[in-house]
Amino acid sequence: MNKISTTEQVQRSLKKRYRAEKRFRMYGVTSIVIGLLALLLLFTEIISKGVGAFKQHYVSLEINFDADDLGLDADLFTFFDAVREDYGNKLHSELKIADQHATMAEALSEFEAQAQRDFGMTVIDALQAREQQLADANFTGIIRNSLRERFPSVKSRRDRRALYSLVSVGASFDLRDRVNADASLIGTTQKLWLLADDDLDTYVKSLNDSEPFIGRLKENQVEFISSWLEKNEIDARFNTIFFTSGDSSEPEQAGILGAVMGTFFTLLVTLILSFPVGVAAAIYLEEYATKNKFTDFIEVNINNLAAVPSVIFGLLGLAIFLNFFGMTRSVPLVGGMVLTLMTLPTIIISSRAAITSVPPSIREAALGMGASRMQTILHHVLPLAMPGMLTGAIIGMARALGETAPLLMIGMVAFIAEVPSSWNDAATVLPVQIYLWADSPERAFVERTSAAIMVLLAFLIMMNGLAIYLRKRLERRW
Amino acid sequence: MKRASILALTASLLCANAFAAKDSISIVGSSTVFPFSKVVAERYGKSTQFKTPTVESTGTGGGFKEFCKGTDIATPDITNASRRIKQSEFDQCKANGVTDIVEVLIGYDGIVLANSLEAKQVKLSRKQIFLALAEKVPATDGSEKLIDNPYQKWSDIDKSLPDVKIRVLGPPPSSGTRDAFVELAMEGGCSAFPWIKAMKKSDKDRFKEVCHIMREDGAFQEAGENDNLIVQKLAADPNALGIFGFSFLDQNSDKVQPSLIDGEEPTFETIADGSYPVSRPLYFYVKKAHVGVVPGIAEYLAEFTHERAWGDEGYLTDKGMIPLSEEKRETIGARVKNLEILTKL
Repeated sequence: MNKISTTEQVQRSLKKRYRAEKRFRMYGVTSIVIGLLALLLLFTEIISKGVGAFKQHYVSLEINFDADDLGLDADLFTFFDAVREDYGNKLHSELKIADQHATMAEALSEFEAQAQRDFGMTVIDALQAREQQLADANFTGIIRNSLRERFPSVKSRRDRRALYSLVSVGASFDLRDRVNADASLIGTTQKLWLLADDDLDTYVKSLNDSEPFIGRLKENQVEFISSWLEKNEIDARFNTIFFTSGDSSEPEQAGILGAVMGTFFTLLVTLILSFPVGVAAAIYLEEYATKNKFTDFIEVNINNLAAVPSVIFGLLGLAIFLNFFGMTRSVPLVGGMVLTLMTLPTIIISSRAAITSVPPSIREAALGMGASRMQTILHHVLPLAMPGMLTGAIIGMARALGETAPLLMIGMVAFIAEVPSSWNDAATVLPVQIYLWADSPERAFVERTSAAIMVLLAFLIMMNGLAIYLRKRLERRW
Repeated sequence: MKRASILALTASLLCANAFAAKDSISIVGSSTVFPFSKVVAERYGKSTQFKTPTVESTGTGGGFKEFCKGTDIATPDITNASRRIKQSEFDQCKANGVTDIVEVLIGYDGIVLANSLEAKQVKLSRKQIFLALAEKVPATDGSEKLIDNPYQKWSDIDKSLPDVKIRVLGPPPSSGTRDAFVELAMEGGCSAFPWIKAMKKSDKDRFKEVCHIMREDGAFQEAGENDNLIVQKLAADPNALGIFGFSFLDQNSDKVQPSLIDGEEPTFETIADGSYPVSRPLYFYVKKAHVGVVPGIAEYLAEFTHERAWGDEGYLTDKGMIPLSEEKRETIGARVKNLEILTKL
C-alpha cells in the first residue's frame, strides 16, 4: 500500500492552494481596475465634452451710441448719473420701483429745481421718462448698423439677416446695461466685445477638429466668421455668464447660478427640517422607547421607507403639500419638504447606528453621577454620536442633491430664467438643469450639460469630503 | 427650545406662503411648445418690468389637467398644447369653474422621419410607413383580412425601398410627438386601404385599434422622450430611422437627413403650406380669470403675438417653429387682443 504522510500531502497541495489564493486576490484587483476604468471613462467623457463650455467667444464691433438712433435724451441720462453719484447706486436701483417713487421724491427734492429748469418736469417724471427711454431704446439697431458697416457688401435682406444672427440677442441687453451705468457713452463710438451667438461659438470651437461643426450656419455666415477671424476680431474668453446667470433658451446666455441657488435653498430646507426631526426620532427610538411589537413595526417601516423609489415621495408631496395645503408650485420650500420625506429614513437609520455605537459605560457613568436621562443624552451621548449622525446627514443630503424624480411632480422641473433669492421663489435644481439642457435641441447645450455635470460632481465630492473630514475630526475611539 | 422655534418658523412660512399673491406667470404643458414658450418668456422678462414666467414641460395632457383644476391663483395661468383641447378636457375645465379660456394657435411643428447622413435618403409614402410599423397589416394577398405584420425588411414592402431590416426609433406613448405621428402618419397610411378607411365610419374603435397600434417585435423601438438621444443613436446606426420633431432636424443637419414622405421633404415652406403631410398645430390656452390678477399676462400675450416673435422672420422661427400665414396671424392676433373666449370646440 502506498501511504503518504500528512506532510507530504500538504506539500503536494500547497502549490495549488497558493495558486487559488493568488487567483482570489486577482479577482479583487480586477474588480477594482474595472471600477476605476469605468470612472476614468466617465470623467474623460464628461470633461472632454464639457471643458469647452468654460470658454465663450466674443466678437469685436465698433458700436456707435448715436443718441438719435437709440432715441435717448443724453442730457436726461447725464443728469441722473450726477444724481446717482450723490446717492450711490443703491438708491438708484431702488428708484426703478414705481411704488417707492413717493418716498424717493422727497430724497430727490434738491434736484427738483434743476429738473424743472432743464426738462420742464418733476424729477420723478424725469426719472420715469429716463426708464421709459431706456426700455424703448433700439440697441439691436445700433448693433445692426455696426455689422452693416463692417460688411458693407452685404445688401440683400436675407444675407443681412444671416449676418445679424451671428451676434447674440443678449448683446443688446449688455449695451443697455452699459448705457444705464454710464451716460457718457451716449454719442460716442466704442470698440466693444459683444457676445457671439451659439452657432458661431460652436463653429469656432470646432475649427481645430478634423471636421468643423457647421450645423445651421450658412455659407455666407462662415465667410463672415473667417473674415472676423483673420482680423482677430473674435476672441475666446472665460465664460463668466455660465456661473453668474440663470437658465436661458439661448445657450450663450445660459448659466447655472439659478440652479445652484435653487439647490442651495432646497437643501437648506431639507437640512433644517430633516436633521432635527431625524435625530429626535433616533434618540427616542434608541434611548426611550421600549422594545415591543409597536416599535418593531416602526423600525420595519423606517427601513422600508429608505428603499422606496424617490418618485413616490414626489407624488406624496403633490397630494399633500400642493393639493391639500395649496402651496405654490415650483418653489424650493416644497421641494425641500419633499426631499425631507425622502432623506428622513436615511438620517434616522444612521443616527440610530451612531447612538448605538456609544458605549453603554458612558451612559451608566453619567447616570451614576446623578445626571438625568436628558442630561445624559444631551451632554454625553449626543456629542459622541454627532460625527456618525453628521456623516449620515451629509450622505442623505448628497443623495437629495442628485434627485430629480420627486421634484418633477411638484413643478420644479421647469424653465426658470431668474435666479431665486429665497425659498419662496420659483427655482430648479442642478440635476434638473442638466436634464433640461440634455433635452434641448441646440448643439451648444451639449457642452453646457457636461459642464453642469462637472459642477454637480464637484459639489458631491465636496459634500462627501466634508463627511469624511468631520468623521476624522470629531471621531473618538475607546 | 431650538426645535420648537424651527417648527414655529416653518408653520409661519407655510401660512405666509399659502396666501401670498403670485407675482409671476406660470405656464405648463406640451414639451413641443416648451422651447418656444421659454424663448418668449425670457425675452418678455428681459424687456419688461415683469418677472420671467415659469415654464414647465408637463406634456399636453398633464398641462390641461393642472390648468383645469380651477381658477385658484395657485393654478397655472397658461397651458401649452401640441394639439387642440379635447372635448373631455374642455368639459373638465368647465366643471371646475374654468369657463373663460382664450385659445391661441401659434404655428406648426413638423414630425420627421430621418436617418444618418451616411446612408441614402429614404423616400416613403404614409402607406409604407403604416405597413412597416403597424402591429397588424392587411394580408399580402389583397384580401380584407388583417395579419401579424410579416415585413422584416423595407424591401419586403416595396422593391424600390432599401434591402435592410426595418428598425425605427421613436418616442413612447406618453409623448405628444408620438400621438401626432400616430394620428398623422399611421392613420394617413392606413386610410390608403379603402376597406379600413370605411371602418372609420362603421366601427371607430376598431379603426383606431388597427391604425394606432405599433408593432412590438423589435422593428419599432421606443427610445425615450429625449429626442437628442434618438439623433445620437441614428448617427451610430446608419440602417435605423428615427422619429422626432422638426426643430431637432434643424439643429442636427450635420448628422441626420430627413426622409421624403409622400414625395415631400420637410422644410419650413412645405410644413407651413401644409404640403408636408406629417405636421401639427401648436396652441396655448389662457385662463381669462387670471388676466389682470396675475400681473403681466396681457403683455406676455402681446409679446407672443408680435411679428418679431411669431412672424415669418420672428425669433420663434429661428427656434424651429413654422409660422402661420399672415392672415391667420392677423385674425388670431386680434382675437387675442380682445381676449375672445373659446365657447365651444
